[in-house]
Amino acid sequence: MIRSEILRDIAPILHDQLVVCNIGLPSQELHMIDDNAKNFYMLGTMGLSSSIGLGLALAQDKTVISIDGDGSVLTNLGTLPTIANNVADNYILLIIDNGSYGSTGDQPTYAGKKTKLENVATACGCENVVVCQDVDTGKVLQTAIDSKKMTIIVCKCDSGNIKLPVITKDPVVIRDRFMTAVAS
Amino acid sequence: MSINKKIVDDFVANDVSFITTVPCKQLAGVIDEVEARPEIFHIPSNKEDEGMGLCAGAYMGGKRPAIIMQNTAIGVTINTLATLIQYYRMPLPMLISYRGELREPVACQVEMAVHTKALLNQLNIPTYHFHKESDADELDAILKYTFMCNKPVAILTDASFWGGYGDQ
Repeated sequence: MIRSEILRDIAPILHDQLVVCNIGLPSQELHMIDDNAKNFYMLGTMGLSSSIGLGLALAQDKTVISIDGDGSVLTNLGTLPTIANNVADNYILLIIDNGSYGSTGDQPTYAGKKTKLENVATACGCENVVVCQDVDTGKVLQTAIDSKKMTIIVCKCDSGNIKLPVITKDPVVIRDRFMTAVAS
Repeated sequence: MSINKKIVDDFVANDVSFITTVPCKQLAGVIDEVEARPEIFHIPSNKEDEGMGLCAGAYMGGKRPAIIMQNTAIGVTINTLATLIQYYRMPLPMLISYRGELREPVACQVEMAVHTKALLNQLNIPTYHFHKESDADELDAILKYTFMCNKPVAILTDASFWGGYGDQ
């Protein structure tokens, strides 16, 4: 499965949760599949999906899922020690690991070569690190939500993209409706 | 009252309850004070752009955030300031040690000091410069201003403000 197929598969699970979604195609795909107020789309700032999600989880009680990519986690690798040392049991980091920088043309990442992000996360001190195959993502994600334990999911899947439009919503609109949903 | 306590008192009085820090010798006392306060969740970050991401999330979760960092971090965070904090219109007080100013012992610090105000100006970030201890009397008003206008605001604090570098 490629990322957009996984997002389509897990959309019914994501629908009821606060989701912080990575820049570029992941946000565009989620926006197309199930646009709703509980989705925060990143329009820029590669690498910070996990940090924004952790800050949000630490600030309030609702479950937060950060959807990230292997390339983005590599961009902000310092995020993993911060996550490990500031446990928020309402926080799930879902790393869609397709071994490539999808939004820029599927250039290979080091995560697709020797580097195993699940090992990096464990070495950083993250306690619940789960590796899964693309087809099992929904089941693993639902288990993580139900566990009420901070969980890092590394979802191994194929690289590949679909054609779809950019998000033209105003960032302040995205942020304002998201904050309203968080507070509701 | 120590200047560190006065600064953190102003943060607390303005309901700032989520602070991320990246260390600096000048800021060590204020960071210790942040860590000691039960009203504040202190989360050290490994890099300042990561810290701004944490602050953005905390803000959307209903907390008032702040970041404490060195001026060298302006070079690290320009993209994050422009495409996250400013683009989504989020408030972010930035308490910044202004290294490389008068009484600075480390020459390399001057190399970013000469760019600091120019970069903040280029980003249209309201900037205040604390040089004397009494300049901190404005901090309360600066924090109110930041959360009124939903912008990042820089508070540069130089070596003279902190009383120099001791016996270096």
